[in-house]
Amino acid sequence: MTEPLLKVENLQTQFRTEGGLVKAVDDVSFEVQPGETFALVGESGCGKSVTALSIMGLIPNPPGEIVSGKIEFNGVDLLKLSGREMREIRGSKIGMIFQEPMSSLNPVLTIQSQLTEALRIHTDLSKNATNDRAVELVDMVGIADAKTRMKQYPHQLSGGQRQRIMIAMAMSCTPQLLIADEATTALDVTIQAQILDLMKDVTEQSGTALLIITHNLGIVARYANRVAVMYAGQLREVGEAVEMYTEPRHPYTIGLLRSVPRLDSEKGTPLAPIAGEIPDLTNLPSGCAFSPRCGWAVDKCFEESPLLEETSSGKKVACFEHQSVALNVQ
Amino acid sequence: MWRYIAQRILVSIPVIIMVGMITFTLVYIGPGDPAAIIAGDEATPEILEQIRADLGFDRPFPVQMGDWFWKLLHGDLGTSYFSRREITELITPRLQPTLSLGFQVVVLSTIIGITTGMLAAWKAGSRLDRNLMVLAVLGFATPGFWLAFLTIWIFAVNLGWFPVIGYSPIQDGLFAHIHSLFLPVMVNSILASAFISRITRSAMLEVLREDYIRTARAKGASELSVFLRHAFRPSAIPVATVIGASIAGLATGFVLTETIFAIPGLGRMLVDAIVRRDYPIIQALLMVVAIVLIGVNLIVDILYAYIDPRIRY
Amino acid sequence: MAVISDSSNEWELAPPFSTRLKGMFGSTYRAAKRDLVLAAAISVLLVGLFLAVFAPTLARTDYERTDPVNRMLAPNSHNWFGTDNWGRDVFDRTIVGTRMSFLVGFSVTLISTVLGVGIALVISYFRILDAVMMRFVDGFLAFPTILLALALISLIGPSVGNVIIALSVTATAGKIRLVRGAVLSLRESTYVEAAKAVGVPIPRILLLHILPNIVGIIIVQATFTLASAILAEASLSFLGAGVPEYVPSWGNIIATGQGYIQVGFHISFFPGLFLTTTVLAVVLIGDSVRDHLDPRLRGRLKTTAAQQ
Repeated sequence: MTEPLLKVENLQTQFRTEGGLVKAVDDVSFEVQPGETFALVGESGCGKSVTALSIMGLIPNPPGEIVSGKIEFNGVDLLKLSGREMREIRGSKIGMIFQEPMSSLNPVLTIQSQLTEALRIHTDLSKNATNDRAVELVDMVGIADAKTRMKQYPHQLSGGQRQRIMIAMAMSCTPQLLIADEATTALDVTIQAQILDLMKDVTEQSGTALLIITHNLGIVARYANRVAVMYAGQLREVGEAVEMYTEPRHPYTIGLLRSVPRLDSEKGTPLAPIAGEIPDLTNLPSGCAFSPRCGWAVDKCFEESPLLEETSSGKKVACFEHQSVALNVQ
Repeated sequence: MWRYIAQRILVSIPVIIMVGMITFTLVYIGPGDPAAIIAGDEATPEILEQIRADLGFDRPFPVQMGDWFWKLLHGDLGTSYFSRREITELITPRLQPTLSLGFQVVVLSTIIGITTGMLAAWKAGSRLDRNLMVLAVLGFATPGFWLAFLTIWIFAVNLGWFPVIGYSPIQDGLFAHIHSLFLPVMVNSILASAFISRITRSAMLEVLREDYIRTARAKGASELSVFLRHAFRPSAIPVATVIGASIAGLATGFVLTETIFAIPGLGRMLVDAIVRRDYPIIQALLMVVAIVLIGVNLIVDILYAYIDPRIRY
Repeated sequence: MAVISDSSNEWELAPPFSTRLKGMFGSTYRAAKRDLVLAAAISVLLVGLFLAVFAPTLARTDYERTDPVNRMLAPNSHNWFGTDNWGRDVFDRTIVGTRMSFLVGFSVTLISTVLGVGIALVISYFRILDAVMMRFVDGFLAFPTILLALALISLIGPSVGNVIIALSVTATAGKIRLVRGAVLSLRESTYVEAAKAVGVPIPRILLLHILPNIVGIIIVQATFTLASAILAEASLSFLGAGVPEYVPSWGNIIATGQGYIQVGFHISFFPGLFLTTTVLAVVLIGDSVRDHLDPRLRGRLKTTAAQQ
């Protein structure tokens, strides 16, 4: 295996809230290889967005704080960088796309000025060159009539178009890593696939690694090479994307799979939402955080928290009962 | 853009008509008999009747009001009861002090207010921020005429840096002019800027929470650029609104400060007219002030469109 | 349930980047300090109310009677705030002046709130009435409060009642605009639609579904009306358009001292201090009520309160 592009090690990010301390990200470790597509999956509130913002160094402090861990990018620990050094990486080496295309673009600045901003910050290109590059980028993300778009404002574009502009913006300096935080969630289903295809295309062309953050396992199957499933701030299962479907090992992963409609399921099979509620992060249950919702839970699960361990098949799973799960789910 | 401006102008027209109707009706139903005021104490009923007929006071209310509006449209504000002179003629020499005071205060209070407000937002939660906001609340609670009194006592009576009262027109030299208006400009600017500062701060803090600020940071923009380029313009709309509102406040402030500092401006003219019960002047000045303020609101509306493209299209 | 959803809630929790609180400890310390400020403001207002009611009986001198022998005395052990140009005790006149400020302030607030809310609720349901009424409101709000009040008083004569009437006109217009706006936006809300759909009569919708939801803004706005009415009364009295000169009011005491600034600084200074402190207390209480009702509004003042 080559040297990973991004290596997150034992990351802990906490928020101080009025309800108490929230361990939004609790001891999370994973790696993203150059050029691969990695998906971080989980329900809302599981800490996946906080993981992304931690990588970007955009955790608002206060109330948030990265307490411990390492985030190595090209071998450099991002957490040790100064604000200035981190700004040089943001937008040039790592790009990010956010969930809300409607509110993520500045309403009072033209598309051109927002698109060229990263280029102006990170490159020495002339004004004309950045403007040309901006037109190129808009072409690349498949928006017609790129030149007139330059003078327009965000409110003159549709949601899908705005998200394309966001992609163009994030890709403007050809980053090595693109983080897409629920980038398609707010869009119409028909447009979601287009945007995902677009992200996949542009990152493949430039060899950019893609970190997809989503609650939708359906997306993962089609676009990701590897997947990490997150629950209550911790990773529960990490492995090849295909394996997540063929041989899920964590009860939570199975729950997620069953709650997503699938074309290959038999007609009449009901969707099975996961029972119970997302736990209160200020007051997690003792033992495995998933135990109150888990059909496989044994006594031990309510007392101890399982660690992420490598199984015989090479994937990682954090469940005491993963072997019995494996036997039952075939 | 032009359509928007035209629309705003159209919307102001009924307000101006309403303002005219209120102003005219107030004086019309007022208790004073203008004929008696003009004629003086020894007037006989015949003379009073004659004056009424001359000035058209014997005509029905709508006719009088229509006549008043018609004259207003032609720039005729009427005649003073007291001096019997055209009001426009009386107003002209009064314009310079008030306009100069107004211009200086608006420029100064906008600069002070926006700078301190942004500084407070930039250092939100810091000692500087807290101190600035304490000052802003104080500025809101302090009556202008009392602050004027204090500054006169400190800077004119005790330190002797400025004359206690008095006004020096621009013709007598710009320095002397600014020097003579220095204290009233300061008093009004400090009070108006307190308000602008508070709004600037809260508008900035609100915008800094927006998703697009996070986007700007994700692009690697520096904090200064985030602040000035990305956050300032979107937060300028409420700021423009309060600047407009503070100009309305100044109209009141000037009546008080011109009285205290003995500045021969429009505010002083109004107070004198009220003392003399010179209703046509009161009527005319109310109308002028209201029209100026409607104009200010119009400018603020147009500024909105300049600030926010969503309004422009 | 304090579920943290990663997409929105965390960002709502998050104060702006530049905010640097000193952790939990610092914030509770600041909260305590805020409570202290509020307690002080309420005390000031209570003392003011007490003076407004009892000051005439507390006064040790005949504060309306002139006493030329003792004119223009500097503050001393007997005349704490000195005496004015007629030899009247400034301390007594100042505490009695509280009455005028509070009477006008609270009357204007009460009248404008009741009338403003009532009219706004009614007109919001009658299109034509609404259109006519709002033109009047626009017209009245085009004038600066004190200028219109000055003009009205010059017509109807200076007296406490007339000051209250004159100030209530614009204050009511402001209230109508504010409440009507709130009512119109609430009418679009789902629960009002739902109430209408099941046939709840309109008056009942207004009183049970809409009014409780605008109580917050009404209270906050009322505190600003109180502050501006107290300031406006003082300004009018200062200009001689308030109560007669012998009746003490902070504004006319300050006006008296204005003429004697070289030798009688004390005459204007003390009533001004009382006036500023009172208005400050009201503003702080208003701020605190607003923070309590809606933390999102923090730091925003109603623009109608801008015209002092």
